[in-house]
Amino acid sequence: MRAFRALLADAGGVAVLSVQAFFAFFRSPIEWAPVLNQLDHSGIRSWSITALTAVFTGMVLALQFAVGLESYGGSMYTGKLVALGIVRELGPTLTALLVGGRVGSGFAAELGSMVVNEQVDAIRALGADPIKKLVAPRVLACIIALPLLTMLADAVGLFGGLLITMREVGVTSQFFFTQVTDTLGFVDLMHGLAKSVFFGYFIAIIGCFVGLNTTGGTEGVGQSTTRAVVNISITVLVSNYLLSTIFVAIYG
Amino acid sequence: MVELDPDPTDGGGATPLISFRGVRKAFGPKVIYEDATLDVFAGETLTILGGSGTGKSVLIKMLIGLLRADGGSIQAFGQEVTTLPERGLLDIRKRIAMLFQSAALFDSLTVEQNIKYPLREHHWGTEPAMNERVAEVLEMVGMEGSQKLKPSELSGGMRKRVGLARAIAMKPEVILYDEPTTGLDPVNVRRINGLILSLQARLGVTSIVVTHDMDSCFTVSDRIAMLYERRIAFVGTAEATQECDIPYVREFTRGGKGTLDADVV
Repeated sequence: MRAFRALLADAGGVAVLSVQAFFAFFRSPIEWAPVLNQLDHSGIRSWSITALTAVFTGMVLALQFAVGLESYGGSMYTGKLVALGIVRELGPTLTALLVGGRVGSGFAAELGSMVVNEQVDAIRALGADPIKKLVAPRVLACIIALPLLTMLADAVGLFGGLLITMREVGVTSQFFFTQVTDTLGFVDLMHGLAKSVFFGYFIAIIGCFVGLNTTGGTEGVGQSTTRAVVNISITVLVSNYLLSTIFVAIYG
Repeated sequence: MVELDPDPTDGGGATPLISFRGVRKAFGPKVIYEDATLDVFAGETLTILGGSGTGKSVLIKMLIGLLRADGGSIQAFGQEVTTLPERGLLDIRKRIAMLFQSAALFDSLTVEQNIKYPLREHHWGTEPAMNERVAEVLEMVGMEGSQKLKPSELSGGMRKRVGLARAIAMKPEVILYDEPTTGLDPVNVRRINGLILSLQARLGVTSIVVTHDMDSCFTVSDRIAMLYERRIAFVGTAEATQECDIPYVREFTRGGKGTLDADVV
């Protein structure tokens, strides 16, 4: 019961912070420099980990489908299944989990240290708003970065799938590409990208919320970092199911 | 129950610049202030004394709205602070600057950028004007030429001085010092005490110093306020502390550090 109440309190806190961050960002002067800075830190520097994860996921997916479908004589369909699996589910979700671990924990640690070193208080004392300075640019940067990283993951994942499908099933790359383009529609691509927008928002807002609510000195910063990763991962996984349900109901 | 000083606001009839009246503050079950009352007058240096963890810093953080009082009244320049919204506090924070215990410099910014931070927020002036102001305040704290350094390249005492330069950049009327000498070596302690005195002389500012360092307290203060049992139990000059009828106050200010530390720890 107490855990449930704490969960509700956190959810409420995140909602309030979201609204505050939204209005803070649009209050003049609108500051783009910190957004670009965060895009570089959180987005661009996450490309390698995203690509690495995606290529191996595509490869293993192709391997499992190729072997698994063989007994039904369906190996030829490997390309279709890999394409759907990557673009609709694994591309957005695995990217969000990895970036959540890398970037979300970073936000929690950075903002948490700023809280315990009184830097957040100092921002207020010097006449600025910590939500405008710290939270808003991070949230916006992640909302922009996650769909871009997901597109990267889709492309690299399909490439990994292509390599293994060619080797295991013996198809040509041309055959694989035809399969992919025949299977995937605009809706499939958007399904994954729309989810990634939400994931980007969750990663940033939860990371910042946990960071800003850090108490208990250096030890508290460590706990916040862990808590951010756990909360972000759970939110991504649960919301992935809920968002998929909604998108499937609307677009099929 | 300790008997309160009969007139903790003793100011010879002048209007206080800052006043706390019956201030209450608690963090969850831990009560910090029950009924704190204190007046601060223009141009004076008032030191707030008290053991560690008794919430001395809480009092000055409530003054600029970094923490909210649970009850009572806090006035600064005739304006009620406790009910002001965050945006309304901007003007108060422009006039009352704070030197944080950890200096609270922004690690990612250089010394120059740190000092320009409040100047930018309050639209202080053109870039050359800001550069000039940065050089000026750095000179005041004896840190000239350190513009391009990062906080990580500075020692503890230097960080405090840069923090002080950042605090005075906006030409505040009141400076709050949160444990300014804690964690510094004796040379730096003397230097910071000297700065508190010289800034008061040069800028005519009102200062509130929170500390448990008796040397610092006796060096810089015009008056001393003693925090005891969740209220301001005593206000008076350094000499008056020895005639105070509260034994804790006499003991604390006698400089008997041995007994004091044992009590605090």
